[in-house]
Amino acid sequence: MKRKSQIANFFRALWAVVWKDLSAEWRSRELLTAMLVFALLVILIFNFALELDARARASVTSGVLWVTFAFAGTLGLNRSMATEKDRGCLDGLLLAPVDRSAIYFGKAIGNLVFMFVVEVIVLPIYSVLYNINLFRPGLLLVILLGSIGYVAVGTLLSTMAVQARTRDILLPILLFPLVVPIMIAAVKASGGFLQDLPWIEVSTWINLLIVYDVIFVAVAFMLFDFVVEE
Amino acid sequence: MESKPRFLSILDSITAILFVVAVVMVFFYAPLERTMGAVQKVFYFHVATAWVGMLGFMVAAVVGILYLVKNERKYDIAGLAAIEISLVFFFIAIILGSIWARPVWNTWWTWDPRLTTATIVELIYAAYMMLRQGIEDPDRRARFGAVYAILGFLSVPLTFISIRLLRTIHPVVVGNSDPSGEGSFSMTGPMKTTFFYSLFVFSVIFVDLFWHRVRMGKLAAKVEELRLKVSA
Repeated sequence: MKRKSQIANFFRALWAVVWKDLSAEWRSRELLTAMLVFALLVILIFNFALELDARARASVTSGVLWVTFAFAGTLGLNRSMATEKDRGCLDGLLLAPVDRSAIYFGKAIGNLVFMFVVEVIVLPIYSVLYNINLFRPGLLLVILLGSIGYVAVGTLLSTMAVQARTRDILLPILLFPLVVPIMIAAVKASGGFLQDLPWIEVSTWINLLIVYDVIFVAVAFMLFDFVVEE
Repeated sequence: MESKPRFLSILDSITAILFVVAVVMVFFYAPLERTMGAVQKVFYFHVATAWVGMLGFMVAAVVGILYLVKNERKYDIAGLAAIEISLVFFFIAIILGSIWARPVWNTWWTWDPRLTTATIVELIYAAYMMLRQGIEDPDRRARFGAVYAILGFLSVPLTFISIRLLRTIHPVVVGNSDPSGEGSFSMTGPMKTTFFYSLFVFSVIFVDLFWHRVRMGKLAAKVEELRLKVSA
């Protein structure tokens, strides 16, 4: 009975953190607007940088998409943690008598939702602008798995980065070398689905994404306590 | 101030002698490789320095875990020492590899899995150094350093696997040989002796440098402590 109520408490705390992030964002819409406009700008820049004609598009679309998501994601991760730190919210959260991992998962789920919103808006815009159908179940699966791993590591690292003196420049430097496996696997898998390759050629990359997600969600969950300790 | 331990001085001399012997062995004992000639001799120190690099990163991850569990300053000093040494040795390994690759692969650099992974590894630990520089509070610096060392070490094998899935031309000399590797060769007896001896010597060099660096780290911590005491 006691155990059951502990689990219920954990989920209530987790949900409270997620709800706090979502409703704060719903009122200001600062972060999502910034991420979205930034994502569209990145796509626009790629259009000039790569001369995205019909032939080039088929092969580079997955790369362009993932670079866009990664850049916009960093922006969101940094901002979401910086607001916590600046207004002393993080200290308040840590003082609350809840499990620290509930805070971690709450922040991570909030970040994940922001990333999904950006992706859900970017995909149709990209589809229209470049006349290519991006709504394929396989691609959506890759985006789901890739974003989970990216956000799992990113939430932990952004918690560290905002506590450093060099915080604005630190997060991408810490994050990008660690998410190289996600980027490779996600770009390859997305490219595979877009070119209608058979499942057998894509499954390796999907497996790699799943392995990465499992390992890093577990490790970040274990290490989060140490990065918020005072 | 504590003086330099006697055994450390002895280890310094032993390391120097062992290293000179290794150089002599590479140039005079190991035979010339038939197709590649003299440039193949880079290989002995290339693998040895890369090995020391990986060893240090592994040590850093292990002492990182120990630090988080036991919360003792000495583990943090050891972690920083290991990563500093390994950054330098790994860089030497990359340079030596380029020297070898120029005549054999006909290019200084190629985006092969091991080379790419090596670059990413260097970037991970450069980020580790930047993270430490950005934090003043020694306790927090130690905790964040330990966390990042663990994360970095975990991601390296995944990075390697993911790049490996995109084909390789790097030769696999030890263990099962991959015939598709360009510039692969099989080692004769004296070559093997020289190779394993180089690995051993560089491990000793690592231990020696590590000891020096840990000692320096402890002295630096003491200086910091005294400075705080004076200014207080």
